[in-house]
Amino acid sequence: MPRPGMTLIVKEVTKLVSGFIALYAAYIVLYGHLTPGGGFAGGVILACGFILIVLAFGRDFAAQVISDAGAKSWDTFGAMLFLLVALVGYRVGAFFSNFLPLRSNFRLVSAGAIPVSNIAIGIKVAACLLGVFLALSVYRAARAGGGEEEELHD
Amino acid sequence: MGDVTTPLYGLLGFIILASIVAIETRDLLATVISVSAAGAGLAIIFLLLGAPDLAITAVVVEVVSMVLLIRVAIRRDDTTQDKARDMFNVAAGLVFLGLIIFVCVYAFRWMTPFGAPLMTVSRGYVEGSIAETGAANAVTGILLDYRAYDTLGEATVIFAGIVGAYAVLRRIGRRHDATARNDAHR
Repeated sequence: MPRPGMTLIVKEVTKLVSGFIALYAAYIVLYGHLTPGGGFAGGVILACGFILIVLAFGRDFAAQVISDAGAKSWDTFGAMLFLLVALVGYRVGAFFSNFLPLRSNFRLVSAGAIPVSNIAIGIKVAACLLGVFLALSVYRAARAGGGEEEELHD
Repeated sequence: MGDVTTPLYGLLGFIILASIVAIETRDLLATVISVSAAGAGLAIIFLLLGAPDLAITAVVVEVVSMVLLIRVAIRRDDTTQDKARDMFNVAAGLVFLGLIIFVCVYAFRWMTPFGAPLMTVSRGYVEGSIAETGAANAVTGILLDYRAYDTLGEATVIFAGIVGAYAVLRRIGRRHDATARNDAHR
């Protein structure tokens, strides 16, 4: 039985870059109302980082960072947070009304509830894509008996 | 914006070429890579037309989908498929392609010139987005304020998709007949 994951080179490079990928994803999400990007793009980049970890280190190691059930929970949490932003808008008027003060333009804390929505969508999309990846690769390997994909065995 | 028409046509030709290669080739790996090349061309087109938001999203989605497809679809011993082409499908495709081109030629006479604003609603968005939403990135301002309903619908679609994927691919609750199913398929 070979050790799970890819070669040493891939593992070391993954150790170096995965943190920076997560940092870039956080930047894209948090600055979504100021610079190009936003919740969707940042969430996909974060999911890229997690998928890289799963590919490089195997499923068992990645399960310590975020598991299959964790991906489902974060997915639901992001969706509910976005819906909550929409529902709190009722307090000031209508569905999706911007309930926070707008502040001055071009600042990080501005645009009211839009950054909150961005964060919610980012969490949701990242967990969602990671969940799709885990479902397609890991479940299939488990159903095929585990012999076909040795590095993703349970 | 400078003259982007020439590189635009070049990239469009590249996308069409990559799509034809993706359809025609018999190797699944080559198909996935051709589709990704077409997506990369689309991302560069977005960048040339001044839409960096879309370009970023297109690039990252393209990367993730390529990884997913290679990881999931290609992990077989034999990635080539040698199925004979169904002549009825080809004939039907050609007939409908001709029909679409005919209708397009008819319909495109009424289109405004390329780049000219078509809708009057979006002009109000462009003029008032910074003052009304407070977001310096007008795209995000429109996406999460004026058109937040659309974004909520998008999120719902993604959520329904992942729930469907889990329901189809889950292990718990269907382990009982999994072995029989595998035996029937292989």
